[in-house]
Amino acid sequence: MEQQQPSHHRQAVALPDPATLKRLALSDSGFVFDPVTGNSFTANGSGLAILRQLQGGSTLGEVVAALGAEFEVVSPVAERDVIEFIGQLRNAFK
Amino acid sequence: MNARKPWIKPVLTAHKPGGMNKFGPARPQLHQSEFDGAALEPLLAQYGSPLFVVSEKRLRENARQLRRAFSTRWPKVRHGWSYKTHGMGAVCNALHQEGAWAEVVSELEYRKARALGVPGSRIIFNGPWKPDAILEQAMAEGAAINLDHLDELYAAEGIARRLGRKVPVGLRLNFDTGYSEPWSRFGFNLETGAAMDAVRRIGASEWLQLNGLHSHIGTFVLDVRAYAQQARIMAGFMDAAEREIDCRIDYLDIGGGFASRNALQGIYLPPDQVVPGLDQYAEAITEALTEATRARSGQGKPLPVLVLETGRAVVDDAEILLTRVVGGKHLPDGRRAAILDAGVNLLFTAYWYNHDVRPLRANAGLAEETVLFGPLCMNIDQLRASVMLPPLQVGEALCISPVGAYNNTQWMQFIHARPAVVMIMQDGRIETIRAAESLASLSGPECLPAALQTPFPEQPAR
Repeated sequence: MEQQQPSHHRQAVALPDPATLKRLALSDSGFVFDPVTGNSFTANGSGLAILRQLQGGSTLGEVVAALGAEFEVVSPVAERDVIEFIGQLRNAFK
Repeated sequence: MNARKPWIKPVLTAHKPGGMNKFGPARPQLHQSEFDGAALEPLLAQYGSPLFVVSEKRLRENARQLRRAFSTRWPKVRHGWSYKTHGMGAVCNALHQEGAWAEVVSELEYRKARALGVPGSRIIFNGPWKPDAILEQAMAEGAAINLDHLDELYAAEGIARRLGRKVPVGLRLNFDTGYSEPWSRFGFNLETGAAMDAVRRIGASEWLQLNGLHSHIGTFVLDVRAYAQQARIMAGFMDAAEREIDCRIDYLDIGGGFASRNALQGIYLPPDQVVPGLDQYAEAITEALTEATRARSGQGKPLPVLVLETGRAVVDDAEILLTRVVGGKHLPDGRRAAILDAGVNLLFTAYWYNHDVRPLRANAGLAEETVLFGPLCMNIDQLRASVMLPPLQVGEALCISPVGAYNNTQWMQFIHARPAVVMIMQDGRIETIRAAESLASLSGPECLPAALQTPFPEQPAR
């Protein structure tokens, strides 16, 4: 997995296992279903956007850049919130 | 891509079964942008955060409601404003203007009432320690004094002898109503006979005259039957005391303890469903008192004044605390935590209430279980263990209510200066009723010995 990340950008956060994230079923309304555990969640718009980016294999930098294009948010704020959100994802999807 | 969407912090909420129950749905997302007609965000901008805000109108309305509830059911009613519940001069004087006397429990509070201009004859003096000098002043000025123990009785007798006249005094009683946890540390116990012993001792005194009875059965008492029983017991003891010695009981003081619309921790139902209204308290008390004094009325004896020391139920919902989020994190157990600039240093009552917490602005986003921490370097500095709140940005303002009872008397200066308290006046103007503290408030009373004037004597002064 490390190979997919640009070598010049060291990850500031341990991303959840992409295989785990890829198995999640996401709906546009924010419904998140984990078919392995049977747990379900609700994500808001920004949470869903981050999940989709991570499912596509984006790095932290790419997620932040994508959020900056879609939302009115400056990079440091987005990065701080993404780092905290990823911490939640790691605990929610093991 | 044209307009970008507004940023809302990402939220992921796990679905949990069992969240709904037959008592109602999950708490709706609410916000509170104003209080008593005043917009709150501009207040924070002007006075800084955190900030206490008192509504004069609400305070007066609550006092009137209390008076109305009782005076429509009992001929003679007196409200003593409990200084220990909220002792700020502006609050006290607003209530005095509504007719309340001062109910004080210490020398400092007695002096505060006098300094505000309350005559001694409108002060009720309670408490377990009344130093001789202030007891003498209170007796000389005609305050209503409720004696707590035998040593105080003897002290009062000695003072009356010095004053050269017979002084009226009340006795504080304690007893078991059967409905609430008995408070036995204050006053003379009924069941053991100590109370009647005190009555006889006063009866034998040349210098003291028994004219009142006082008791306080507890705090946040939710069962009105406890008060009904208190009224019956006190009325019975009044008759017994008047039979025992030559005296006339002018007042029955039932203390305080009425609950406010606050959510006590450990109580499942919301306050709206469990807290009795003032009319319900009044109905239970006056009905029991009417029944218990029927024979007395028949004998043509005057009915006693019913004295209320209601504090919490009058002031609690007349004050709110505004605070801002200064940081956030997720705890290892998955819960979100917000750190606020107000903690238990300002909100002492957070130890036993689950206060209502609402953002000032209508906040988009999913509500999430949140822990609210204060700014203190103390593990116990937690304002709410669990409250559903929408995503919170740093700087987000929150309104905590009701906070009027006991917080501004029991708050502490610990690592932070205490903030300003403002009052929304009846005409809508905003007045500061207590300025924010500063470093000078903390170090002003301190004195540095000559040898300790500098921290590093080997270095030249800057």
